[in-house]
Amino acid sequence: MTEMTLWGHARATASDNPFTLLAVFMFAGFLVIAVIGPSIAPYGPLASNASQALTGPSAQHWFGTDSLGRDIFSRVLVATRIDFSIALSAVGFSFIVGGFLGAVAGFWGGRIERIIMRLCDMVMSFPLFVLAMGIVAALGNSVFNIILATAIVNLPFYIRVACTEVNVRREAGFIEAARLSGNSDWRILFHHLIPNALPPMMVQVSLNMGWAILNAAGLSFIGLGVSPPEAEWGILVAEGATYIISGEWWVALFPGAVLMLAVFTFNLLGDGLRDLIDPRRRT
Amino acid sequence: MIALIARRVLGALPNLFGIVVITFLLTRALPGDPAAFYAGPAGTQAAVEEVREKLGLNRSMPEQFVIYLNDLVHGDLGQALSTGQPVSQELKTRLPASLELVFLALTLAMVVAIPLGVAAARHPNSWIDHLCRLVTTAGVSLPTFFTGLLLTYVFYFLLGWAPSPIGRLDPYLTPPEAITGLYTVDSLLHGNVRLFLACGAQLTLPVLTLAMFVLAPLARMTRGSMLAVLSADFVRTARASGLSSTTVLVRYALRNALLPVVTTIGMVFSFLLGMSVIVDKVFAWPGVGSFALDALVASDYAPVQGFVLTMALLYTLLNLVIDLLYVVIDPRVRLTT
Repeated sequence: MTEMTLWGHARATASDNPFTLLAVFMFAGFLVIAVIGPSIAPYGPLASNASQALTGPSAQHWFGTDSLGRDIFSRVLVATRIDFSIALSAVGFSFIVGGFLGAVAGFWGGRIERIIMRLCDMVMSFPLFVLAMGIVAALGNSVFNIILATAIVNLPFYIRVACTEVNVRREAGFIEAARLSGNSDWRILFHHLIPNALPPMMVQVSLNMGWAILNAAGLSFIGLGVSPPEAEWGILVAEGATYIISGEWWVALFPGAVLMLAVFTFNLLGDGLRDLIDPRRRT
Repeated sequence: MIALIARRVLGALPNLFGIVVITFLLTRALPGDPAAFYAGPAGTQAAVEEVREKLGLNRSMPEQFVIYLNDLVHGDLGQALSTGQPVSQELKTRLPASLELVFLALTLAMVVAIPLGVAAARHPNSWIDHLCRLVTTAGVSLPTFFTGLLLTYVFYFLLGWAPSPIGRLDPYLTPPEAITGLYTVDSLLHGNVRLFLACGAQLTLPVLTLAMFVLAPLARMTRGSMLAVLSADFVRTARASGLSSTTVLVRYALRNALLPVVTTIGMVFSFLLGMSVIVDKVFAWPGVGSFALDALVASDYAPVQGFVLTMALLYTLLNLVIDLLYVVIDPRVRLTT
């Protein structure tokens, strides 16, 4: 029953806003590329060919080649997987940890809530990208640490949403009923309160994904995180940056455009998802 | 009013302490041994130990923290090991470069976004509303570094309108004597219009890059909150009472719609501070961001600490200003706090 209504709701949202449907297809496309990208790439992402260095887009090299003669199209394809993995795991981490901490804070209140909220305030008193830079620098340059940094700077948003959602239902009738039927605190939290907090948190996820990708690519652009010669969108753009002023535009343009398209997809998808879950916030 | 300001400033103190603690912890965890770095590749074990002693690196964490706090109170942010200059000195010369960028970008974004949002809310589903939607959806998807490179390619390489992206001023020109440290302001104060134009030309692309990124959230929020206010009863009453549409729009609607917009400005400022690091790199801008990046690579922790701290302080300061702006815009805030 719920599935039927959700499906109908999804169809209505999609027909209301054709861009949402487009975004779903583009997202699916990106996911497919992330999975099979490395196997369909026409060249190896690291295979260099000095005689073909810095050639413009052509039939052999759709996106041209870089200074070492590596095929940019192949590198962009291969990079999809790493960028998507970073964004998905960072957002997943914030979702799970933030949701849990927020729910705990909202359910028990008191000192636990004060401590958790104080920590949130502390994280949020930094410009987020600067803090992410600091975290990656402190913990070391690795993909895992980019994920961790992106997740940590996003945590407060999830904690706040979960905390408010749990807090408003803490005294609700169905919770009283569950308690009187002998359910333990944890059981009430996980079976009755957290499921109710999920929809608004999903909205947060969808709005956050695009930002997570931008953040990760920005960090590798400035030289943190994923390190060359590995193919990652931010690094690919950084590699092309030097050639922009001498006119070899394709080195930076194609990876940048694909990154932009990915973020755009997430943002469209996020708006659609928000309309689906929370029609009141539609703008 | 003064009591209110004092209370807000006091309220920011625990946050400030938090910032200092986090900054301290972050930079102490940096990989690499700064003592070894400072002593150089030829440094002997004894030399490394000596440096460690001098920098206080052999003390316990709490002791190091107390030393750090004490230095901070005296305005001492330590030495940048790579340049040998005091960090505070380096930040002082570089901060105006960053601030000039950030504030110009913020102003530009506000000047474009707020009227655009208001116009879009006034005529929903008109061409201007569609334009606003396009700008807001496309704007948030633009990676700053990519926009910067694209603008450089189009306006420098293709059209030749913009000067080469190599910092604040053409290397053949001498910067204006520092009064405020902001080149545009200083050159005007000295009455040097030619220099002002040269500085302005260097600023154009980086400012555009930053402004484009923050335009979207501002326009979106203005439109949303204006839409809500325009359908409110008091606006209908004002219209029915025969007030001119400009009065209704500006004095009644906009003033009420401005609160969430001002909140967004705070958020956007945080983006700007972060993105200025990237813009520093793209345009070889000698701001605090590029200073921090060089230090990060060398695992030189005093500059990184100074940078993160400065950024967080600036952000806290702006949030304080925004808190006070609320009071100016909406007198109800004064009563509830």
